[in-house]
Amino acid sequence: MTAVHGEREPIVRISDAAVVLGGRTVWSQVGFDVQPGEFLGLIGTNGTGKTTLLRAILGTVPLAEGSIQVLGHARGRGHDLGYVPQKVVVDPDLPLRARDVVALGLDGAKVGLPLRTRSTWERVERALGAVDAQDLSERRIGRLSGGQQQRVLLAQSLVSDPKLVLLDEPLANLDPASVQEIVALLGRISRERNMAVILTAHDMNPLLPVLDRIVYLAKGHAAVGTTQEVARTDVLTRLYGSPIEVVTVHGRVVILPASGAPDTEAVHHSEPVQREPLP
Amino acid sequence: MTGIRMGIFSGGFFTTEAVWTALLVGGFAALVAAVAGVFTVMRGQSFAGHALADLGAVGGSGAFLLGVSQLWGFVGAGVLAAIVLEVIGLHRVRERDIATGIVFGFGLGLTALFLYLGTTLGHSSNQAVAVLFGSLFSIDPGVVGPVIGLGVLSLALVMLVSRWLSLEALDADIARARGVPVRLAGVLFMVALALAVELTALSIGAVLATALLIGPAACALQVTSRIPRAMWVAVVVGVGCTVLGIFISYESYAWSPGHRAWPASFCIVAIVFVCYLSTRVWNTVSAAMTRRRGVRRVGQVSERIREGN
Amino acid sequence: MFAPFMTDTWIAATIVALVAGCVGVFVVLRGDAFLAHAIPHGSFAGAAGAIFFGLSPLLGMGLAAAAAALVIAVLSRRGRRDAVTALLLALLLGMGVLFLTLSGQYSNQAYGLLFGQILGVSKGELVWVVLLGAVSIAGIFVLFRPLLYTSLLPEMAAASGAAPGGMTVAFSLILALATTASVPIVGALLMFSLLVGPPAAACVLAVTPGRALVWSVCGSLGIVWASIAISFGTDLPVGFCVATLSGVSYAVARGWVRARRRMTQTGRPDLESAR
Repeated sequence: MTAVHGEREPIVRISDAAVVLGGRTVWSQVGFDVQPGEFLGLIGTNGTGKTTLLRAILGTVPLAEGSIQVLGHARGRGHDLGYVPQKVVVDPDLPLRARDVVALGLDGAKVGLPLRTRSTWERVERALGAVDAQDLSERRIGRLSGGQQQRVLLAQSLVSDPKLVLLDEPLANLDPASVQEIVALLGRISRERNMAVILTAHDMNPLLPVLDRIVYLAKGHAAVGTTQEVARTDVLTRLYGSPIEVVTVHGRVVILPASGAPDTEAVHHSEPVQREPLP
Repeated sequence: MTGIRMGIFSGGFFTTEAVWTALLVGGFAALVAAVAGVFTVMRGQSFAGHALADLGAVGGSGAFLLGVSQLWGFVGAGVLAAIVLEVIGLHRVRERDIATGIVFGFGLGLTALFLYLGTTLGHSSNQAVAVLFGSLFSIDPGVVGPVIGLGVLSLALVMLVSRWLSLEALDADIARARGVPVRLAGVLFMVALALAVELTALSIGAVLATALLIGPAACALQVTSRIPRAMWVAVVVGVGCTVLGIFISYESYAWSPGHRAWPASFCIVAIVFVCYLSTRVWNTVSAAMTRRRGVRRVGQVSERIREGN
Repeated sequence: MFAPFMTDTWIAATIVALVAGCVGVFVVLRGDAFLAHAIPHGSFAGAAGAIFFGLSPLLGMGLAAAAAALVIAVLSRRGRRDAVTALLLALLLGMGVLFLTLSGQYSNQAYGLLFGQILGVSKGELVWVVLLGAVSIAGIFVLFRPLLYTSLLPEMAAASGAAPGGMTVAFSLILALATTASVPIVGALLMFSLLVGPPAAACVLAVTPGRALVWSVCGSLGIVWASIAISFGTDLPVGFCVATLSGVSYAVARGWVRARRRMTQTGRPDLESAR
């Protein structure tokens, strides 16, 4: 079944969704659309349900309420979708090179004799090239460093030319230089291929140059809009239900509990707060 | 009440000496196995537990060849195998199971060798078969003393390392940072596991050793996630299944066609399995119920938000 | 050793080595050593049950193996896989004992299945063995990529449309088929050793999954042929030879890789100083 998917149709449509896990409501009343080519950040502190939202889009977590449509279907699956989970543990002894991993992104779901054509390998090498990882092609995946594995897995998610890529904390284990590099890379690929990107992060600052909109998760609810619309004192105060102050320091957004606020639950997800004295 | 029971059932259950021995030894073995089983299931070492039961039987048949007491064959082979498994023990579960499989396969190869040597020396292969499947109603009274001693030793070892293991179950690196000797804890636990498994295998058969080690603990961990409580639940389930199984096996002589009593090992294993299935069903049902209740709570939360705005 | 009466033994053993070599690679990649132990040994209950009901032991083993595979795959979706496997194996062995007791014979044939000798195979049975073995090998080849993907990166595989749960069921059934084909000829012990030892060694040595498959098949063929020759010469049981050689092959592979790594590590400073 090939659903005709017009350019105007949103890639993802989430309306009034809620997820309950183990008797706890992770979030509810979440609704937003993602347009083709849009770069969307899911922002929030640990435990606010960012990964759960990605899984709900994938259809691996059932919704308690509402609905999610991905590429015209009830759950995101298949060639038009790439996904990189947060934690992939690979045994160092697996008989699998980086290029074998990337190739699985093209044909891993296909039944049939395990033979690959030259054009498959060319696409694999192109995908590795797009993330600057050609030199890792022949290395065993389990013997690569965390950052190198991250690149290979990113190539794996891009190799099938998907319309949507879901990335769970792709920046979490990278040093600042690599973070900038990967963010620039993702922004470029998203623009060039008109590919929608949804990624989770606890800090929005490194992503500011590429983000079109953000979904800010806190206290079981979401605020959606551009960074300017969402990262505001009044919006986040309403979302958290306690006084929040949003300050912009040297072009970086810093979110802190307002001084004297009784709620001490830390919202500090920008490390510079400690290092840079406030003006 | 007793009169009614005697009327329905064949009677003589509590007056036969073999039954009393079976109840005492079986119940005690079930208790020790259940306690060791909780950590075995938590640590994902069921395969090692099962392998130790069969590898003990290798030692049993080897001891038989050498003319050494079977008890020391079982215990020696079990403890040796446990230490080998732990020392080559790789940390990822996937690799550990492969390594366990290879040691296990080699051990079973030795069984084949001992069986062959035994039959060429004129023994029958029934010896090894009895070692594997055991028989609760023909326990050698001579083993009762050592079995109880080893069981107490196993319990003491588990208690000694239980706090270390609990912390390690959370995260091995955190445990190491707190000063837990993770390697030593692993070895001590494997020795405790080997003792528990071997005494069960020796007294009531290797098949039952696996069932009584894994079954009650798996049930308990379905019901509760607190370790001390899981141990209590496992002990109750294990001892209960054993007593009930012995009873059914004893009674089956009366109503089974051709008066062939059902083996106690089958009865106990079947009851343990039914217990496990029931806890799984119970868990699924209660999870479905909380999910439905949870949706209602979502509704309430959104109500409150609307009022607040 | 190559006398006419041995021909069937050589043919049967070769088929078993091929099947075990192919299926075993995924046993190792999925970390399913326990399943590879439980299904062959548990199928003993099927044989015992078939003897009791007067059916063909091959049919009984096939049914028991398939049932065990399905139950383990379904129950371990939400439970601890190893605990489920252990419990089901114990239940099957218990049922085996029950059937043997009820049929009133401590059947040497049934126990032969457990401890394993290369038993006599009739021509009629050999046809079934070839057929079942061929189907399981074909299954591995056709499902090669989805099996690999779901075994190694289950979450990503699920996102691109391969169902990890479905592949678990499919692989368990392939393992059951392979078991039914092999255990009646070589016994559960030999099958288990071949499913784990040579494939594990191959996975340590090979760099790509395809090469691991080739090396695994070559390794198990070599081990089986050598074992039959040794057993013929020395009269030692075949099961013992296969189990020992399998263990040795894994140990050698590990040692080789470790030695090679140490050599490259000590070599590196020289290279740098040369630069």
